[in-house]
Amino acid sequence: MSQQTEAVEQRTSSGEAHTGHPTPATYLKVAIVLSTITAIEVAIFYATWLGHGIIPVLVVLSGAKFSIVAMFYMHLKYDARLFTNFFISGLLLAMAIVIAIMALFRYFA
Amino acid sequence: MAQDSIAVANGAEHEATTTGLNHRKMLMWAFLGSDCMFFGSLIATYLVYQGKSLGGPMPLDVFDIPVTSVSTFVLLMSSMSMVMAYAALTKGSIKGFRVWVLATAIMGMTFLGFQTFEFRDFANHEVVVDCTNLDMDKLTELEMEVATGCGPGVDEVEESRGLTPRTNLFGTTFFTLTGFHGAHVALGVVWLLSLFFYSFRAGGVTAKKSLNVDLAALYWHFVDVVWIVIFTVVYLFGVFEGF
Repeated sequence: MSQQTEAVEQRTSSGEAHTGHPTPATYLKVAIVLSTITAIEVAIFYATWLGHGIIPVLVVLSGAKFSIVAMFYMHLKYDARLFTNFFISGLLLAMAIVIAIMALFRYFA
Repeated sequence: MAQDSIAVANGAEHEATTTGLNHRKMLMWAFLGSDCMFFGSLIATYLVYQGKSLGGPMPLDVFDIPVTSVSTFVLLMSSMSMVMAYAALTKGSIKGFRVWVLATAIMGMTFLGFQTFEFRDFANHEVVVDCTNLDMDKLTELEMEVATGCGPGVDEVEESRGLTPRTNLFGTTFFTLTGFHGAHVALGVVWLLSLFFYSFRAGGVTAKKSLNVDLAALYWHFVDVVWIVIFTVVYLFGVFEGF
């Protein structure tokens, strides 16, 4: 076995790359949290007195749901950091594309 | 060690790599990152053309938030059942895996059913205006347009104003975005059902080969997170006046 392989194996067995998955009970708790956030989103949607304030609130709630699914269900919280970097890079590029297209079509003007 | 294989925490094995991480899984994450850009451009296009349609129907005329909330809930729960399937498999329970993965596929099909119902409902949208109780402040632009048909002796005006991809900019961008998402869900359902049927083959789906399920699960959860964004940006913001 090459030296490089040994080093890789050591890193993997030390748990750096993968630190185990949550239990089904955690998955259930996450599902309850996600359902609650969705219910809050829909309830806030009908709170017309919030006016334009509804937009940042819904963005935060939606972002929270996105992060929770990515962290717990997609195991990014427990998996290797490199996977997170891959996904975050794509996500940042996607956000840049969204802003660029909107700016190009004078959405913010 | 034969083949320089590496055992990871969940028992799945893969060949030695310079990063110590499985290349298939890395490729899946790279694909999901690129798919973010794909959906990002579709969402941006939807936002850019929002409110630019020359005629209705508009989101306010066709969207039914309670119905879409239910389909959103179904997709969220399918994500939970998917992780349960993966957890069952890593614990060596093939029966548990089958039950949960089938439940996930059924929920995925239910979501697609909701989407089909919604698309059909939009395409056959009927605008009904009660001429005897007209309150112009509460009518949408499309309803006001139809209300011009009200006159002496006319109690109710009904007009067919379906929304298709060719109707207006809203229809084009909406159906393209949600249609592509639906296609992703459909592909996911086929993938999950393939895993379900493959699990009946001896050695087809095992704890040792759980990576095959892990990759399908990642794809499925991604479809879920994309819908989280679509539900907020397209549906909730879409109906909100002034956005």
